Amino acid sequence: MENPIKENMVLDSVIDPSLKKIPKIEAKKIKVWYDGFNAIKGIDMTIKPNTVTAFIGPSGCGKSTFLRLFNRMNDYVDGFSMEGKIKINGSNIYKKNVNVEELRKEVGMVFQKPNPFPKSIFDNVAYGLKIQGITDKKFIQERVISSLQQVGLWEEVKDDLKKSGLALSGGQQQRLCIARTLAVEPSIILMDEPTSALDPISTAKIEELIFQLKEKYTIIIVTHNMQQAGRISDYTAFFYLGELIEYNKTKNIFTNPEKQQTENYITGRFG
Amino acid sequence: MNNIQKNRWKDQAFKYWGVFCTIIGLVLLTVFIGDILIDGIVRIDWGFITDLPSRKPENSGIYTALMGSIWILILTTIIAFPIGVAAGIYLEEYAKTNKLAGLLEINISNLAGVPSIIYGLLGLEVFVRIMNLGASVLAGALTLSLLILPIVIVATREAIKAVPKSIKDASYALGASKWQTIWHQILPASGGGILTGVILALSRAVGETAPLIVVGALAYVPFAPSSPMDEFSVMPIQIFNWISRPQSGFIENAAAAIIILLGITFIMNGIAVYFRNKWQKKWK
Amino acid sequence: MPDFSYFKLSYMRKIKELIIEKSLLASALITIAVTIGIILVLSIEAVQFFSEVSIFDFFTDTQWTPLFTEKHFGILPLLSGTLLTSFIAIAVALPIGLTISIYLSEYAPRNFRKTVKPLLELLASIPTVVYGFFALIVVTPFLQEFIPNLAGFNSLSAGIVMGIMIIPYISSISEDALHAVPASLREASYGMGATKLQTAFKVIVPAASSGIIVSIILAISRAIGETMIVAIAAGQQPRLTLDPTVPVETITAYIVQVSLGDVQHGSLEYRTIFAAGITLFVFTFLLNTISYRIRKKYQEKYE
Repeated sequence: MENPIKENMVLDSVIDPSLKKIPKIEAKKIKVWYDGFNAIKGIDMTIKPNTVTAFIGPSGCGKSTFLRLFNRMNDYVDGFSMEGKIKINGSNIYKKNVNVEELRKEVGMVFQKPNPFPKSIFDNVAYGLKIQGITDKKFIQERVISSLQQVGLWEEVKDDLKKSGLALSGGQQQRLCIARTLAVEPSIILMDEPTSALDPISTAKIEELIFQLKEKYTIIIVTHNMQQAGRISDYTAFFYLGELIEYNKTKNIFTNPEKQQTENYITGRFG
Repeated sequence: MNNIQKNRWKDQAFKYWGVFCTIIGLVLLTVFIGDILIDGIVRIDWGFITDLPSRKPENSGIYTALMGSIWILILTTIIAFPIGVAAGIYLEEYAKTNKLAGLLEINISNLAGVPSIIYGLLGLEVFVRIMNLGASVLAGALTLSLLILPIVIVATREAIKAVPKSIKDASYALGASKWQTIWHQILPASGGGILTGVILALSRAVGETAPLIVVGALAYVPFAPSSPMDEFSVMPIQIFNWISRPQSGFIENAAAAIIILLGITFIMNGIAVYFRNKWQKKWK
Repeated sequence: MPDFSYFKLSYMRKIKELIIEKSLLASALITIAVTIGIILVLSIEAVQFFSEVSIFDFFTDTQWTPLFTEKHFGILPLLSGTLLTSFIAIAVALPIGLTISIYLSEYAPRNFRKTVKPLLELLASIPTVVYGFFALIVVTPFLQEFIPNLAGFNSLSAGIVMGIMIIPYISSISEDALHAVPASLREASYGMGATKLQTAFKVIVPAASSGIIVSIILAISRAIGETMIVAIAAGQQPRLTLDPTVPVETITAYIVQVSLGDVQHGSLEYRTIFAAGITLFVFTFLLNTISYRIRKKYQEKYE
């Protein structure tokens, strides 16, 4: 297949997914402030590739904030400042000359409330390619189809790709948003409570999807739902009041937590 | 007992007074328009629209004024639309919290309240004299563009504000730049609202008289403009001119021209409302 | 996947974004240029005017006759014409506009309100030259039936018609202000057995007072700046008077009169329109600034 992408764009992975290098994701000595309020007090963490890592903890403990460090979405929040390094494959993504737009093509994000664009299903999924300047119609079409297939939406929408993305049900919209993210072929996917606004059936479908995706992608998911964390994640990190209390294989966190606070949270003594 | 009854009676009386006040304005408007229709409808025929103004009311038509209005409308759109929308985008998407934003906001709010004739004085000095454009259609259009600029800017800002932040987040998260997000997501999503505002602003421009009189639009122009540098007249000025003439035939002409002007204004407002409804539906 | 040390500055992209941002900024700055332009143009011509006419005369002479052979340059007649017509307009629009706003906000069924509000705003979108026609051709002859002395050009007809035009300025903004008062205040008043009228005037209106005042100030500013209605129907005879039945001339109508005539550019007569203009501008600027301040303070109150 001919490569329609210009040279200085996201490379190799587009041609042959098996050439994907496995990303090494590290957070070193991270501290975050919002207008003087110290939201994250000092966290070190290494994310294992091709896994699903769950961030759990009570509301307002910095899970989402920490998640958004990885694709620099916090940059848009007034009063945000941080210390420390986030390194992906050894390069600090917070260095001055980093091209944030390129970063976000490698690190995708799915939001809590499904937010499809007010455009057609096709245009939603194709958007990420369009802004990279890709114009090859055949390439775009194949990529859109394969993304919709990956999320299991293809059979449901293939008859009318021109329908507005907003006309889908909540669960379908969220899968559309995931397809949209997959279309640019990131290697890391961040998910910020992706099922909290959905009904149980849609939630189950998406959990199954996440389970399948981890073969090709590295996924970090923030969730309020501990059972969900237990079901789909390989590793779990427990956050409390801006600190990382415990971080281990999910099995261990839920059956044999090391810290008392972790156990209290998991057994529902506080939430 | 008596006090409560008195209060109830006052309450009812106010209700009737309220309905009366609400409809009195509209009733009067209907009376006025009815009167104009009676006065002027007979005068409207194809000849009226295609005749040039003349000393005899029967032969006097609105052709040059109508053409002038169309020229002004088109030129004003070309000038005010891009500048107003660009300024609105800047204020909503780029300048949200810096000091400049506050100053710009106060300034625009002030400009919106400046009497239209003052814009005429500005246009006279700057466009007609200093820039040497003379009393041309271009000078008139530039003057009116400045007049409606605050309206277009406010309409753009309101339309952009209505676009949910989640759309922007999704766009940025996919690696789009700020301008890509604005061009591909925000503008298409707010387009209907912006269009509504622009059409309403233009409908206002079509009815403006005073600034154009000051700029030098003539009351008696025997030709339609053929270039932006030509002299011109517009419908409201033609109406004004006819009202000022003693012969009663001209009153009829004025009424007829008013009917056409109102027709244009109502159609434009109607189109604007249509777009606004269509745009609001998009988000349901 | 490329290794991430490859993230480099994409110069072309950054430059493009910067150019776009600066162009948008330039468009926004045009608005500042307009204000500066207005102030400069009015000031420069006015200063030259006042080098020939003393400010004292300007404010105290009771005659305005710059186009006659015996020239007087007192602004008072024009000012009185403007204020007289505006006063009549407000006298019409204020009670009616306020009543409408209270009725729509506190009494009217929702559907009625939804249909009527846009219709009222229609009143404000009619070109003023059309209103001028009404005033001269319809209202004046009608009033002459009751007021036999009424001149063909007078401030009463013009004022009344102008009042009709500005009703929506008061009714729309006041109604929004009344509507924004929290329901809890209404409920408290009704709960004590007060009628709608009592609640409206004793509780809601005071709570919404800043919004109502803003609407009145904006309406006054609009009336003062109105041109065509008064140019057509109020007359072209500058006269220092309070009599609404005689012809007068407003500041705005004078500017139109001169613009239609053959006044030499750069002459003293030409400059009179700028002296008149700057007087008008100062008034409306003050009114608008006051209303902006009140609006800002009032927004904070509800946030």
